[in-house]
Amino acid sequence: MEWSMLWQLFVQTLNASTPLLLAATGEIIGERAGVANIGLEGIMLISAFTSIYVDSLFANPWLGVLAGVATGLLLGLVHGFISAYLKGNQIVTGTGVNLFAVGFVAYSIIAFFHVAGYYTIDISLTVPKVFGLSPIALSSVVIAVLSYYFLFRTQAGLAIRACGENPEAADSVGVRVELVQTAASAIAGVLTGLAGAFLSIDWNAGITKQISAGRGFIALATVNFANWNPILGIAGSFLFGFFWVLGEWMKNIGWLKEIIPVDLFNTIPYVATLAVVAGVIGKSRPPKYVGVPYKRE
Amino acid sequence: MADSMLEEYALSFLEVVVAILVGILVGALVMALGGYDPWNAYYQLFVPTLTTTYGLEMTLSFAAPIMLTALTFAVGVRAGLFNIGAEGQMYMGALGAVLFGAVALPSFLYLPLEFALGTALGVLWGLIAGVLKAYRGVNEVVSTIMLNWIAYWLVETMRIYVIPNPLDASKTVSVPPAGRLPLLVSGTELSASIIVSVVVLLITYLLLWRTAVGYEIRAVGYNPVASRYGGINVSRVSLYSFIIGGMTAGVAGVCEVSGRPPSYAITTGLSNLMGLGFDGLAVSLIGNNHPLGILFASLFIGVMKAGSRNMQIWAHVPLEMVQTVQGLIIITLSIPGLVRLILRKARGWK
Repeated sequence: MEWSMLWQLFVQTLNASTPLLLAATGEIIGERAGVANIGLEGIMLISAFTSIYVDSLFANPWLGVLAGVATGLLLGLVHGFISAYLKGNQIVTGTGVNLFAVGFVAYSIIAFFHVAGYYTIDISLTVPKVFGLSPIALSSVVIAVLSYYFLFRTQAGLAIRACGENPEAADSVGVRVELVQTAASAIAGVLTGLAGAFLSIDWNAGITKQISAGRGFIALATVNFANWNPILGIAGSFLFGFFWVLGEWMKNIGWLKEIIPVDLFNTIPYVATLAVVAGVIGKSRPPKYVGVPYKRE
Repeated sequence: MADSMLEEYALSFLEVVVAILVGILVGALVMALGGYDPWNAYYQLFVPTLTTTYGLEMTLSFAAPIMLTALTFAVGVRAGLFNIGAEGQMYMGALGAVLFGAVALPSFLYLPLEFALGTALGVLWGLIAGVLKAYRGVNEVVSTIMLNWIAYWLVETMRIYVIPNPLDASKTVSVPPAGRLPLLVSGTELSASIIVSVVVLLITYLLLWRTAVGYEIRAVGYNPVASRYGGINVSRVSLYSFIIGGMTAGVAGVCEVSGRPPSYAITTGLSNLMGLGFDGLAVSLIGNNHPLGILFASLFIGVMKAGSRNMQIWAHVPLEMVQTVQGLIIITLSIPGLVRLILRKARGWK
């Protein structure tokens, strides 16, 4: 294998892992605080739309990124508020966001772009590359490392972990559990929103109504795989990201195409994710109070 | 005691009503932002559907599959599981039925074999998630979504390469007339699938509330720790739940292929099936995950699905708007005690 091919493989894997890593890092912070969000898929999808819409409107990719992040922030805050303050059922809220997203994005592509299902933008409208690499992809790794230090080396990180492990104890030493949980959920939303922006106005230069394609749920698998540690999340998302690249590469192998229908290769990332998750689970341990609303006695 | 229970029922019913109103109002806002007239859209969505027999017949035809996929989710919730795999299990059920469009059989064999294979494939798909959960501890939220996508590409591959329609590349072969459920009203899409669905709903109700297996399922969902101490095998019970769920979703897929004119096939990108599994999620949550609630909720969502075509034609609003409203309803429903909160505030203002 030549260096240029290896480099290409690296770039493709980095790109494929970016949405997973961003969403997983956010979700690790959220779940460490006790808030689980299975609506990552929906947040990613909606943010992919809002960022490409604002990008097209103002012809400015950075404004597009901002719109994606703001969308994630809003949805993360709503989810956090319902979970922490209103003691709602987190799984139901997340499901609602997912159902909303599927309808809203399909509707919006038709309503705002006047095309059915598939809208592309000019390369000049995508986020500019740095040495051939996406700045969002590069920053995803930096964000994961910083999140590790934030969670395990700062006072705020300690407060977040306390809310997920033992909210009653955190409360008794003056941590405002609901506020911390809402903020952590907002961070999860922001990073997942960035992942959505990456999908539409960076990596794909376009949007379909299924652009997230299960990545929000693979991010949940990554959280589990990483044992709620952002550094391990980098390894996990690279592994899961690689499976997407593998599926695409196999489509281009002539003799393989002869015997196996091309569309079947699209199942590879999902089959591989299932296999990996089945292989490692049981060894990881979630935060004790994840998904459980904190109610004072 | 009876009074307070009645009050509980009334309150949870009110909560659903409030959630539906919020969903419809916010949905109107979304339509206004898209440059549409929400008033006209809702008029086209509801009025012709509710005031004509054709509209009501179409409503029943759409209530049928989502009633079944709702049961998949509900049986999961009753066992403490979040089985969101009805979508993929329903695809597999449809595949099981449509395969018989490619073989020549004595005509009386088609329907029984379609239901047998379709249900079996639905169960197989549910069971994979069940086994991964019971023996490997894999979270069913992740596994069922992965399985949905695997089923999607598997069925799509079959459509293109194995059972394409030689006359029309946009769909699979159709099941032959002998393999179709009879239409209850000609000129509509209302077939015997509604009867099949209601019967399956009744059986599921009896299974959950009148049998030992059902009791175990509900006990595990209510309190897994106590159930284990009480001698219930929790892993086995969760497998039962996945099997029952796979059955109902599989039947939904078979009914769509064998019971909906004009294609009696699977179309490009599974477009005639897509979303029926997730609609069931909304139906089950609106129906409080209870078969009786599901019956009513499926009629409500059925009205919206039946009316969505009319809305698209006459108010030009993309029919996906209906799913948007469903999502908004569910988000609102996730807020507990919303009605109590509103009542308390209203009293405070007096």
